Amino acid sequence: MSDLAATPDMGARLLAPAGPVDLVGSVLTASGCAAAGRELDPYLDLTALGGVVTKTIMRGARSGRPTPRMAETPSGMLNSIGLQGPGVEAFLAADLPWLAQRGARAVVSVAGEDVGEFVDVATAVREATSGDGALGAPGTDGGVLAALEVNISCPNVANRGLVFACDPVSAAEVVAAVREVTDPRVPVLAKLSPDVTDIVAVAAAALAAGADGLVMVNTLLGVAIDVDRAAPVLSRVTGGLSGPAIRPVAVRCIWQVHAAMRAGLLPTAPIVGVGGVRTGRDAAELVLAGAAAVQVGTVTFGDPGAPARVQAELADVVRHHGAAGLGELVGRAHEALRAGGHP
Amino acid sequence: MTAAPARDPGAAAVPAQVRAEVVRAEDLGVYRRLELATVAGAAAAPGQFAAVAVGGEQSAMLLRRAFSIHAVDPAAGTLSVVVAAHGAGTRWVCERSAGDVVDVVAPLGTGFTLPAAGQRLVLVGGGYGSAPFAWTARAAAARGVAVDAVIGAGDEARLCDVAGVQDAVTAAGGTVHVTTDDGSAGRRGRVTDVLAELLADRQGPVTVAACGPMAMLAAVHATATACPDGPPVAVKVAVEEAMACGVGICMTCVLPVRGADGATRMLRSCTEGPVLDADRVRWDCVGAHGASVPADAVGAPEGGAA
Repeated sequence: MSDLAATPDMGARLLAPAGPVDLVGSVLTASGCAAAGRELDPYLDLTALGGVVTKTIMRGARSGRPTPRMAETPSGMLNSIGLQGPGVEAFLAADLPWLAQRGARAVVSVAGEDVGEFVDVATAVREATSGDGALGAPGTDGGVLAALEVNISCPNVANRGLVFACDPVSAAEVVAAVREVTDPRVPVLAKLSPDVTDIVAVAAAALAAGADGLVMVNTLLGVAIDVDRAAPVLSRVTGGLSGPAIRPVAVRCIWQVHAAMRAGLLPTAPIVGVGGVRTGRDAAELVLAGAAAVQVGTVTFGDPGAPARVQAELADVVRHHGAAGLGELVGRAHEALRAGGHP
Repeated sequence: MTAAPARDPGAAAVPAQVRAEVVRAEDLGVYRRLELATVAGAAAAPGQFAAVAVGGEQSAMLLRRAFSIHAVDPAAGTLSVVVAAHGAGTRWVCERSAGDVVDVVAPLGTGFTLPAAGQRLVLVGGGYGSAPFAWTARAAAARGVAVDAVIGAGDEARLCDVAGVQDAVTAAGGTVHVTTDDGSAGRRGRVTDVLAELLADRQGPVTVAACGPMAMLAAVHATATACPDGPPVAVKVAVEEAMACGVGICMTCVLPVRGADGATRMLRSCTEGPVLDADRVRWDCVGAHGASVPADAVGAPEGGAA
């Protein structure tokens, strides 16, 4: 084996309208599972990751929901945080500068209760990052802002509370509006919900509206009941299911959308896989299904060093396949199928 | 350039994630004490906690279990926790024996800020809440702080480390009071019955440091608030909230707490706590099965809690 094979290229490439955005790593944190990055600093090297995907930022401060907000379930958990956060102004004043000073790349997750709030948050991010100051030029190696992730898995107040991600029209409307106000050097990624009948249709709508990439998948809605109390565990009854329990769902969604891209039914765009990744082999499943990068979320709660560990383990898988870089493995499982590798 | 700011004396030591061998595992009443070989807690302060991964590498239980640090011994390079078997995860921890290796993150959260020399500290613990008290009493005595303790539980079996606390407190010239709900040990009644008497008789300022179930902490605060006028009483509580991560990233262990600016926020009890100033906690919004969001909290939904 050559030295080259021993040190595979673990970078990942996103695409923005103005050109590619290269990340030094292919494993990122996941939104809502890393706060704004700082809390994980004692446990791993944030600068070696593909990026820190921040907790979802909204316009104003939000208290979040009452407790209990969390229920552990087999190989997973339910959460019902309610997007607690300080608001975009405080985030841009404190959290993003900290990541910049630390030398980490940020994927800023944004959300709103209506299209206007998405636009306001994305606009605030653009205004704070479009200079060449301490935050660096967005979408460049020296800039902290690597991408925006549009969290469309929140209720649309203007549409009977229906989640944006569950309606291709609403999803497209939000993505188009955010793309419109975002720096052309910054990729806009749409984070999709698996709780839909046809994820390819939602992916198509998001891409047609200008999404530069897709993040798949968000949590699935679930309920846990405390049998002793004969009452729901969570204060607001439903919560988002995450963790290894949902990994096959994530792999399926990535598979379907990547297959549609291969078939020419969708424009080709990078997929960032997320859902139940615990090890490098788990991450490799998402990659082989079609993900160009992978986020590590819920497992970080139990193992704060997990994103870095998974990236190292994923490099072992790349080495095992004799590949020069992760890119060679993206979607490779589809080729096995085409070659008649399965009955 | 101005000089770098002095390190906040209350600031926690940087936590570390380590794999630590169990060097001793033994029963402590109905509880289990585990001594782990790690220096991760060497700089820990009483009140801080450790978070232990449960079930092994392929465990279906993803979340760490948080335990108040029982003691650290920097010379021996050990950290101890006391565990009550509540469910499958804590049972797994209790089943560890010497030679087993566990994945632990420590020290986490805020510790108790001990009062100044010459002042008085009253430790109040319910159930395994008294686990860190022997260590706390030794640390306080070393600073010249007078220490007493009130330890209570439902019954004698559920009292925690009375002997250890007694050794440490009496060595420092203080007194340990024991209460049980059923009278099986010490005085029949609640820790707050004794606390009310101690506070009524106080001759100088008192700091109360309490660990135990939320209902007990609320009662301790109410008792201190209701005590007769006299020298000041400060109450610090180490809260016990369900946590998913223990390191500040999951936002599940929040409590409504009033800040220095008077505004209430939902604060993480793992990073801003577990030790909180009891006067700041919105006890009116803390119930037996969780905390509500006060309508006046920062960022509360319009028209009250969502």
